[in-house]
Amino acid sequence: MHWLSIAIWLPVISGLLLLTLGKPQQAALVRWLALLAAIASFVVTLPLIAGFDTSTAALQFVENYGWIRRFNARYALGVDGISVWFVLLTAFITIIVVAAAWEVIENRVNQYMGAFLILSGLMVGVFAASDALLFYVFFEATLIPMYIIIGVWGGPRRVYAAFKFFLYTLAGSLLMLVALVYLYIQSGAQTGVSSFDILSWQKLALPMGVQTLLFFAFFAAFSVKVPMWPVHTWLPDAHVEAPTGGSVVLAAIMLKLGAYGFLRFSMPIAPDAAHAYAPFIITLSLIAVIYVGLVAMVQKDMKKLVAYSSVAHMGFVTLGFFVFNELGVAGGLVQMIAHGFVSGAMFLCIGVLYDRVHSREIADYGGVANTMPKFAAFAVLFAMANCGLPGTAGFIGEWMVILGAVKHNFWIGALAATALIFGAAYSLWMVKRVYFGDVANDNVKALKDVNAREFTILGVLAAATIAMGVYPKPFTDVMQASVTELMRHVSVSKLP
Amino acid sequence: MSNFFFAAFKPELLLLGMALVVSLVDLWVKDAQRRPTYWLTQLTLLAVAALHLRAFALGYSNVAMQGMVNADPLAHLLGGLSALVVAGVLLLSRPYAASRDLLKGELFTLSLFMVLGVCIMVSARHLLVVYLGLELMSLSLYALVALRRDHTVSTEAAMKYFVLGALASGFLLYGMSMLYGATGSLSIPEIYNVLGNPDAGQRPNEAVLVFGLVFVVAGLAFKLGAAPFHMWVPDVYQGAPTVATLLIATAPKLAALAITFRLLVEGMFSLAADWQQMMIVLAMFSLVVGNFVAIAQTNLKRMLAYSTIAQMGFLLLGLASGVVGGSAQGALIAHSAALFYAVVYVFTTLGSFGMILLLSRQGHEAEQLSDFAGLWQRSSWYALVMAIFMLSLAGIPMTVGFYAKLAILQAMGATELPFYYGLMVAAVVLSLIGAFYYLRVIKTMFFDPPAERQAIVAPMDVKGLLTLLAIGTVVLGVVPGKVMGWCTLAVSAILP
Repeated sequence: MHWLSIAIWLPVISGLLLLTLGKPQQAALVRWLALLAAIASFVVTLPLIAGFDTSTAALQFVENYGWIRRFNARYALGVDGISVWFVLLTAFITIIVVAAAWEVIENRVNQYMGAFLILSGLMVGVFAASDALLFYVFFEATLIPMYIIIGVWGGPRRVYAAFKFFLYTLAGSLLMLVALVYLYIQSGAQTGVSSFDILSWQKLALPMGVQTLLFFAFFAAFSVKVPMWPVHTWLPDAHVEAPTGGSVVLAAIMLKLGAYGFLRFSMPIAPDAAHAYAPFIITLSLIAVIYVGLVAMVQKDMKKLVAYSSVAHMGFVTLGFFVFNELGVAGGLVQMIAHGFVSGAMFLCIGVLYDRVHSREIADYGGVANTMPKFAAFAVLFAMANCGLPGTAGFIGEWMVILGAVKHNFWIGALAATALIFGAAYSLWMVKRVYFGDVANDNVKALKDVNAREFTILGVLAAATIAMGVYPKPFTDVMQASVTELMRHVSVSKLP
Repeated sequence: MSNFFFAAFKPELLLLGMALVVSLVDLWVKDAQRRPTYWLTQLTLLAVAALHLRAFALGYSNVAMQGMVNADPLAHLLGGLSALVVAGVLLLSRPYAASRDLLKGELFTLSLFMVLGVCIMVSARHLLVVYLGLELMSLSLYALVALRRDHTVSTEAAMKYFVLGALASGFLLYGMSMLYGATGSLSIPEIYNVLGNPDAGQRPNEAVLVFGLVFVVAGLAFKLGAAPFHMWVPDVYQGAPTVATLLIATAPKLAALAITFRLLVEGMFSLAADWQQMMIVLAMFSLVVGNFVAIAQTNLKRMLAYSTIAQMGFLLLGLASGVVGGSAQGALIAHSAALFYAVVYVFTTLGSFGMILLLSRQGHEAEQLSDFAGLWQRSSWYALVMAIFMLSLAGIPMTVGFYAKLAILQAMGATELPFYYGLMVAAVVLSLIGAFYYLRVIKTMFFDPPAERQAIVAPMDVKGLLTLLAIGTVVLGVVPGKVMGWCTLAVSAILP
């Protein structure tokens, strides 16, 4: 069975079909169909993890067909321990997004649901592609549905945010395109056959100057997407203006596309440059972790606060990657998955409040726990996970990254660890101001607790967060072989 | 076998005969919709397209008329596509023309003569035949632009087009006369032979040759609309009735590229190092002028005119990458990329101007950007169709425009020269600026509130063709290999 192809094209095709059901009276039908399609798309990814062979670092579930003869580009798919969990995470988050939009989105339901399903398939494609051109096509194509989602269903400054999102990311990835063309030509020069095969690119011998340029071309694309300080400024705008579902997908998956790119392209293709410029990346990551963490603390808007906290958490991920040891890289990967659950859940919580009060200002709330006890319990759990409480998913990744960083250099580890304090500070301070204390105003007084649908969504995410925090072994086991192989690969110089 | 080879120009004879028949028949047509002549014209164009494309599919290649005409695969492909695209133009513009009293015998006769001119140009093997075809095409276009003779702007545009077009023809003719002086022949293959094997006896005069080349390139740049010879493009595109704009923007671009191939590649390939430099200068000028000035436009026709200039700049980069250091290895890749780019551009332009025609119908010119405001709420399908064309022009993946740009970048990369990589970075950065104004059209359609709520009514054939073009753009955006193969085949016929 071509599970990967099915996982990519099932949501895309069902999304396209939903676009044809545009009549307002079909909205209820569209919701159920979208949910069905999202669940089906998730179910077809389960065989990937069930049949995954943890003993090998090679790509699995490989599909390889001719695609564009002119470029010798192939429709080549495959997952390894690094990418397989993200395929599942993408499909899983899509179910959450569809369910979260249930009665919130009233206009053009079919286009909203269709856009998210198409986006989901395209993002799975990014994680599954083992041909660089295919990767690039999926990577860029994700911009279109997200641009429309932010621009159509977003907040007051949605046009500005949508443009900023699109042009920032496009600027980075166009430079990457030049790098891809270079590697394509270079693979022809070194092996006799030009190809876009990522694995064969990882074997090319490249002089240091070239590696540096390639590294920075990839850095341009991926650092914007992650986003790393100082090119993170599009993210708070995009998050604040996007509808809840858009924020969830953005935080939970789209940011991971960038971090994934570092592992797939930058480090294995230009390992010498990656080593040489690791201090630079580590510095940027520490700034993201510490400075952006402080910035998060002073935000008045809840969505902005979580957006900045996302930047800080992704700083942990890049830090883990560039300390160049297994613990750090695996920690970064675990952190990516955990952040997918936790940040997605935090945006959902903000969405729940926003749907009722139509405000994201922290100052407009206070004492929500009195009127919405069930909801407050979830919100506090996710805030704890966000600041890395042991026993939640947030802890495992950060702990592994800090250990990895200490192995690399004690002071880097020590600095990274201080971020846990800031993380706790902004998360808990927000919890205190929004959820605890006396009921602040009539709006809060009139709040109704979460309904069954919201309870289920938050409950599922809470279960995932705790399960991963208590028993992360399935995640780390799957990654083990691939991470070891990656570390072995990047330790070998590729200078000619 | 006589040199008079009937099979080589069957389509041209058909065109000539039918142009005369249509002009005569139209005298007796009373119908305001001009059904008999309209269908006669369409049938002629389709028959011409079928004859040419059949000849292309069967790989016919004939030299005829004492070596003046070369009906090779390039001629058949471009002749067939030109007839096809003009048939599309007439189909899309019929309601527009009918509501403006432009649906007259002249429109059909002149269009047929224009296609005849294009067909002569694409199969020319002699400088005078190039000129003959060019003048036939240009004179028909001057008259078409002036078709609304009581309309000031149209008349002004026609005057401008005529004066500057005549100047360009003069440049070209002057250059040709110098080439004749330097090489002693008007026949393209003979010019190639003289330039390629300069024995001591008939060494061409360098100074005359270089002057001739410069004038020829300037004339071609005028016809392609590349900066700094672009001044006529915005005024003519904006001023001409949209029917004429569309006719100018489509088939003549293919013809201009064809004579560029005939003159520069077939005739003066050994001077490639000289004319490639000029192409680079023209390309960079065009990319800068086109992309930057387009941002400031609020008139959609004018914006698309500047976008055309930028697109031509990208195309010229492909022409400029064929020969490196005397080696012509990359020529096939480079020139077929340019051809593919032109074909993609022409059909995308057909679609985007077709949308302007569609919205312009009820006595109102929908040429302002604001006329597209909220199109999504009036008709989500047409908004999607227009969005696809815009994304394709911007070169975003999943549309065929991406592969057009990628093919050019591949050709530039294949030179393996750092200078060309610099050009690539400049080109992608400038096309990022281009993406901004294409996105603005999408933003206007999707995010802005509609100015009018009138439903859009369109005849089935218009709706069908626009849909077909949009679907084609996306399908070729996933599997472009076939069309690229055709372009490679056509170009391989003319390379020495």
